Amino acid sequence: MNGFVQLLQTYDVLGAFLVNIELTLWSALFSTVLGVILVMMRISPISSLRAVAGAYVELFKNLPLTIIMVFMVLGAYAQLKLSFSDTFATNFFWLAVTGLSLYTAAFVCESLRSGINTVPIGQAEAARALGLNFMQAATQIILPQAFRGSVAPLGNTLIALLKNSTVAAAASVSTETSSLMSEMIEFRPDVIVQIFLIFALGYVILIIPIGMLTTYLSNKLAVRR
Amino acid sequence: MSDKKEEVRPTMPLVPGDEPGRPLVELTHVEKHFGDLHVLKDINLTVNKGEVLVVVGPSGSGKSTMCRTINRLETIDSGDIRIDGKPLPQEGKELASLRAEVGMVFQSFNLFANKTILDNVTLAPVKVRHMDKKEAERLAMDLLDRVGVATQANKMPSQLSGGQQQRVAIARALAMKPKVMLFDEPTSALDPEMVNEVLDVMVELAHEGMTMICVTHEMGFARKAADRIVFMADGQILEQNTPDEFFEHPQTDRAKDFLSKILTH
Repeated sequence: MNGFVQLLQTYDVLGAFLVNIELTLWSALFSTVLGVILVMMRISPISSLRAVAGAYVELFKNLPLTIIMVFMVLGAYAQLKLSFSDTFATNFFWLAVTGLSLYTAAFVCESLRSGINTVPIGQAEAARALGLNFMQAATQIILPQAFRGSVAPLGNTLIALLKNSTVAAAASVSTETSSLMSEMIEFRPDVIVQIFLIFALGYVILIIPIGMLTTYLSNKLAVRR
Repeated sequence: MSDKKEEVRPTMPLVPGDEPGRPLVELTHVEKHFGDLHVLKDINLTVNKGEVLVVVGPSGSGKSTMCRTINRLETIDSGDIRIDGKPLPQEGKELASLRAEVGMVFQSFNLFANKTILDNVTLAPVKVRHMDKKEAERLAMDLLDRVGVATQANKMPSQLSGGQQQRVAIARALAMKPKVMLFDEPTSALDPEMVNEVLDVMVELAHEGMTMICVTHEMGFARKAADRIVFMADGQILEQNTPDEFFEHPQTDRAKDFLSKILTH
């Protein structure tokens, strides 16, 4: 028990979790926007847009996240000079958000597509028969129902994103949980079990409410037909 | 193509007006395949303004497919379809505006599940016709009142019975002030006790002079409301006649067989 108290007093565990939450929230925002754009491209009547979105999803779904994160620093930043800030920490934070967003968008797109599959084809036909164009049918009828039909897979994507945010360490974000954990293990190998428990419990505490919320919402928002 | 047009419709008036009898929907040599299946075989059909056409035939005869080609929910392989003299455009803006002129009622109602009854009716007038929201709501309430579901305006579609949903679907189509209404088996998914409430609305619409193409198995409705019966089997139009002639003196064996099967009980 003493070990826990010492660890929590010496290290800013809460601050580290806040960094992961921040990474997650920004990435959730950007990946949702990008994911919606991708899924609209995938169902659009223009075949070249469908192909581009399909290729994007296949590429990012199959790349390991660590490779994307390392590329953000060594490729996008070091070679291609993509920089968000002159402050190193800020710059790496936003590079990590970019990598996480690009990666997660592919999964958001797939989650939404599973939601679109729950919308009967007749809904789109009725919209077209009334003279609505693709954008109007998508934004008024298809996507609102698809969102409500994909709450559960979107929730799972969010949970995966929160856990994946620890890979930001690979993009040199040194203040987040997995970096802090490595540091703690290095300096306090005597209380290694406590260190594991702190981080394991931290994530469980964060993730269980997300799961409960998505279960609740997916029932509450389900489209009645 | 352009000189052929003249031959096909020599009596077509040059100035579009409201005179009844003007051809509104014209299908010429329409062919369609689903893979190996030849679903529409050389369909030629003209529907004049104000006419009520009822399409009957055994299932799988291509009735619904033909109905759906008229607003291009199904594409065709060859042939020509014209609405009010204009050929059906390719997918895009023009097609959307043409679809706005052709009302469609589906077998499975297809009311927008995420919108209230009122919003279902006002959506297209507001988004497509750019009608003022208040004006669209007045129009919608008028139409919902006419089909007898005005009291349900603020409910969601799933809270209504099938018959009520289908009447809302008719009101939704009418809100676009269409030139022609397509009915694709509108009562086939209904419980028996709800069939008549929908047919009553359709009969009323027919008496008001709406141009209608109805695919249906309701022979009572066909007799009562149709100006002309089209009998289809195996993707072909086999007979076209007035209801009396068709039901009393069917010409082809297929039609006799079909009628004997449905009229015996």
